[in-house]
Amino acid sequence: MRVRVFVTLKPSVFDPQGTTVAEALHTLGFGSVDGVRQGKYFELDIAASSPDEARQVATDAADKLLANPVIESYRVEVDSAGGSR
Amino acid sequence: MKFAVVVFPGSNSDHDAHYAVSHPLGEEARFVWHKDTSLGDADAVILPGGFAHGDYLRTGAIARFSPIMADVRRFADAGGPVLGICNGFQVLLEAGLLPGAMLRNDRLHFRCEFVNVRVEQNDTPFTAACRPGQRLLMPIAHGEGNYYADAAVLEQLERNRQVLFRYVNAAGEETRDANPNGSVRNIAGLCNEARNVVGLMPHPERAAELAVGGADGLVMLQSAVHWFTRRAPAAVAVARSSSLSA
Repeated sequence: MRVRVFVTLKPSVFDPQGTTVAEALHTLGFGSVDGVRQGKYFELDIAASSPDEARQVATDAADKLLANPVIESYRVEVDSAGGSR
Repeated sequence: MKFAVVVFPGSNSDHDAHYAVSHPLGEEARFVWHKDTSLGDADAVILPGGFAHGDYLRTGAIARFSPIMADVRRFADAGGPVLGICNGFQVLLEAGLLPGAMLRNDRLHFRCEFVNVRVEQNDTPFTAACRPGQRLLMPIAHGEGNYYADAAVLEQLERNRQVLFRYVNAAGEETRDANPNGSVRNIAGLCNEARNVVGLMPHPERAAELAVGGADGLVMLQSAVHWFTRRAPAAVAVARSSSLSA
């Protein structure tokens, strides 16, 4: 089962990379881009018998390794169609 | 005194640390591979600088799960002195042995230069031989040394006097320009609540003799010896009295 995990810096944490990307976009003429936050995206293929089970595995993985709770938060999406879109 | 220097795949200051302990300091150093499970009879542990596991995911994030880290944690919990230098500091943060986390440097540069830090506290194994307020000139080499902790943790760090080093200018003043990476409150290094686990971004082992441009870092290693020998007299006295009476 395909599970997507999005890891982003918490809103209170300064994001030097996102700020730099935003400045580059402004230089390129994307004046309407008010802000950029850069994060990480993971696709996990998990052998699970239900979406709930897959979600639980991904959540445990995010808690333990994929995200650092001091500075980051994360969101988990389960693709119950099996990721074969 | 025996120092264990942990070697992760991607460590690059391990030999510098081994050399600084063996030669300018004159104590015993030995390498411990990250897949080993025991620190042996080490009296102190150094987690060296570098890019452990390529710094993939986050700096130190994979290294904290290396097999040796279970024994590093046991050693630290038992009060043993642990020094994390640069990447080693990042590993200690990821492992939760020190509070907070690292962000990318605020001006996005990889900073490789000498910086001044001020010693804020000298009641730890790695600052015991320093004068309070002493200024140390040591090199940094990092892209992620922008220390972050939330307001509650910062308040706790200050209250417990856990901030050990702050970036300062040549006059010893804590200014924005003296801060190479945007670290909160100019924090360059700190210790845990029990004060035996110390982490810092500058490299004392790369400034341990004048031949390499500075020897200010040597005092941190001398501190460990000072701390160890002052802590040991009680045990030594007992051992001596029993051997004399025998």
